[in-house]
Amino acid sequence: MINITLNGKKLSVEEGMTILQVAQQERIDIPTLCYHPLLEPYAACRMCVVEVKGDSKSELKTSCNTKVQEGMVIETDSERTLNARRLNIELLMARAPAAKVIQEMAAQMGIEKTPFPIENPEAKCILCGMCVRVCEDVVGAHVLTFEERGFERKVTTAFNMPSEKCIECGACAYFCPTEAIRVEDFRGREVLHSELTLGPTTAIRIPFMQSTPNVPFIDKDNCIHFKTDKCKLCEMVCEPEAINHDVEDTFKEIEVGSAVLATGYELLDCSNMPQYGYGRLDNVITSLEFEHLCHASGPTGGKILLKDGREPKGVAILHCIGSRDENYMKYCSRVCCMYAMKMAHLVHEKVDAEVYEFYIDIRAFGKGYEEFYNRMQKEGTHFIRGKAAEVTNAALIPEEENKLIVRAEDTTVNMIRRIPVDLVILCPAIVARKDSEKIMKLFGLCSTPDGFFKEQHPKLGPVSTDADGIFLAGACQGPKDIPDTVAQGAGAAGAVMSLGDEVAIEPIFSAIDEEICVGCKICIGVCPYDAISYVEDKKISSIEETLCKGCGACVAACPSGAADQNCFTNSQIEAEVSGALF
Amino acid sequence: METNTFEPKIVGFLCRWCTYQGADLAGTSRMEYPPNLIPVRVMCSGRVDPSFVMQAYSEGADAVVIFGCHLGDCHYQEGNYKAMRRYHLLKKMIEELGIEPQRLQLEWVSASEGERYQKEVSRIFSEVRELGPLDLNNGKAQSNG
Repeated sequence: MINITLNGKKLSVEEGMTILQVAQQERIDIPTLCYHPLLEPYAACRMCVVEVKGDSKSELKTSCNTKVQEGMVIETDSERTLNARRLNIELLMARAPAAKVIQEMAAQMGIEKTPFPIENPEAKCILCGMCVRVCEDVVGAHVLTFEERGFERKVTTAFNMPSEKCIECGACAYFCPTEAIRVEDFRGREVLHSELTLGPTTAIRIPFMQSTPNVPFIDKDNCIHFKTDKCKLCEMVCEPEAINHDVEDTFKEIEVGSAVLATGYELLDCSNMPQYGYGRLDNVITSLEFEHLCHASGPTGGKILLKDGREPKGVAILHCIGSRDENYMKYCSRVCCMYAMKMAHLVHEKVDAEVYEFYIDIRAFGKGYEEFYNRMQKEGTHFIRGKAAEVTNAALIPEEENKLIVRAEDTTVNMIRRIPVDLVILCPAIVARKDSEKIMKLFGLCSTPDGFFKEQHPKLGPVSTDADGIFLAGACQGPKDIPDTVAQGAGAAGAVMSLGDEVAIEPIFSAIDEEICVGCKICIGVCPYDAISYVEDKKISSIEETLCKGCGACVAACPSGAADQNCFTNSQIEAEVSGALF
Repeated sequence: METNTFEPKIVGFLCRWCTYQGADLAGTSRMEYPPNLIPVRVMCSGRVDPSFVMQAYSEGADAVVIFGCHLGDCHYQEGNYKAMRRYHLLKKMIEELGIEPQRLQLEWVSASEGERYQKEVSRIFSEVRELGPLDLNNGKAQSNG
């Protein structure tokens, strides 16, 4: 420990601390511009000067990089210190007159104008080197550097050219104290409708508020560490040391007796339907994107905003986009009518806008659903019975200028209507996941014609499948709302629980008659399950009943008729054929 | 022209996992198809012993169809490949016996393809109706029984 005197107060502090660190610990304010606890001190801005008094003379020292020494006497607000800071800020004001932080700092010190000549009234950079240091030391991209000396000194890239090495991490802008470098300058920060993330985010984040487990994850595609092998700032600030960049994905094999598939669904890709302008026209979004936009943890904090930040005055909600459509999915996606009405309710609640629902039929089939539909009608939602044919931005009359126009046939009045709105929400079809075929292969399942997993029986076996011990829950079996999904999930869990410790096997298996078998081994070659082995001492083949799945391939292959299949014996099938032709 | 009113007898061997369920789906979906194909359920198309097919011909079937899962989709991994190999050999054999090769068919119908089952059965029915009855004794074919 080291004994020092700070502003007249005797302190005992740890060795190796800087004066600034001690002062911050003692809650003494020292102004800084180029200091950041995560970066090595650089002492460029000179704002943090303090007076260190010795026996004979006193010195001005930059507190950010001066380490405390035994017996030091430090004054952080002596007249000499304050004068030095004032002169310094006046010089900085002349160099970077447009920097807000400098103006505020000067105002705090009672300085309004700099006595020094201003060369460039737009200048913001104070050459503190934060950006250069971050780019070098933390990010490791080595893009930014200082050029020239003295008056000519400036921050730039190699040869003043846009750098290929820049990974667009934005760290330089984040650390810049004077906003001389801004993220907005190289990347727009508008609300992006085209991605589900709807706006800027960070490389380490909690995916969404209710995620399970509710902990942050590192987005490897965007994390600086995985681009330059450096940074790891999050590791430095995480006190419980919970972050480890070296952890790799691991694959574990777990032996289980049964499995419940709850792999969910996907939304139909609306960009393949050019008539609705998704991905082409601004402010055409899918229902899921609207849900994200509305959410309190969403990009707008739950406000319903257009891409340019305005509130919509008209909102169109288009039902059956790809559902009940001969060209896409023939089936009804089941949940859209109700969530579309819920979205209308949300719009009414949050903004003062007209809401139009374009529907084929309203299918309000559940408990309390019809009542909700009636309530929405009373709330003033316009229900237009007619599937929207097109969304366009081509205006025909002045009222349609700068609007999205939804064209639809209103079948209740038998006419084509054009309705100008600001925001269009598509309700895309619920479709089977792209990887569902892989999962079906893995578990030995089949699909129904719509691509969803096939249950054992549409009425009597809605939870189990043809594969023993594999159960279904939720939208992987077909479009389903939340109550139905919960019910099926509970049913699947119950089915698993009732399996018990012993598994019953099918009585259908093959057997070889020892008396007839000649030991030709043909059956061994055709068995896909290695259930047949050759018994050396008896010179015959023998089937292990528990391994046999009962396909009967060996029975059909057996030239001597020694093999036969329980429940499907040769004589039984022959009798069946005879019966069929009787 | 006289309308063909021949009602052929067709025996179909249906794999329990794919086609039998596809046929079931066709039924529960209330699809209509000729009732002339009588299904015989087997666990796998690979279970179909060629002797069953020959027995069917000898007992009066006008055609035999083997239905299985699509290649790669077999519940027993490769049973339908075994069926396919036997089918090609069997087809050559029946030709030598004087039975038209169209009287033996192999089709892949999955559990989700109720519509395909309906179409295939209808197609096979009209083809066999076109061929007329299988005459093993008085036609070109020589009966050995």
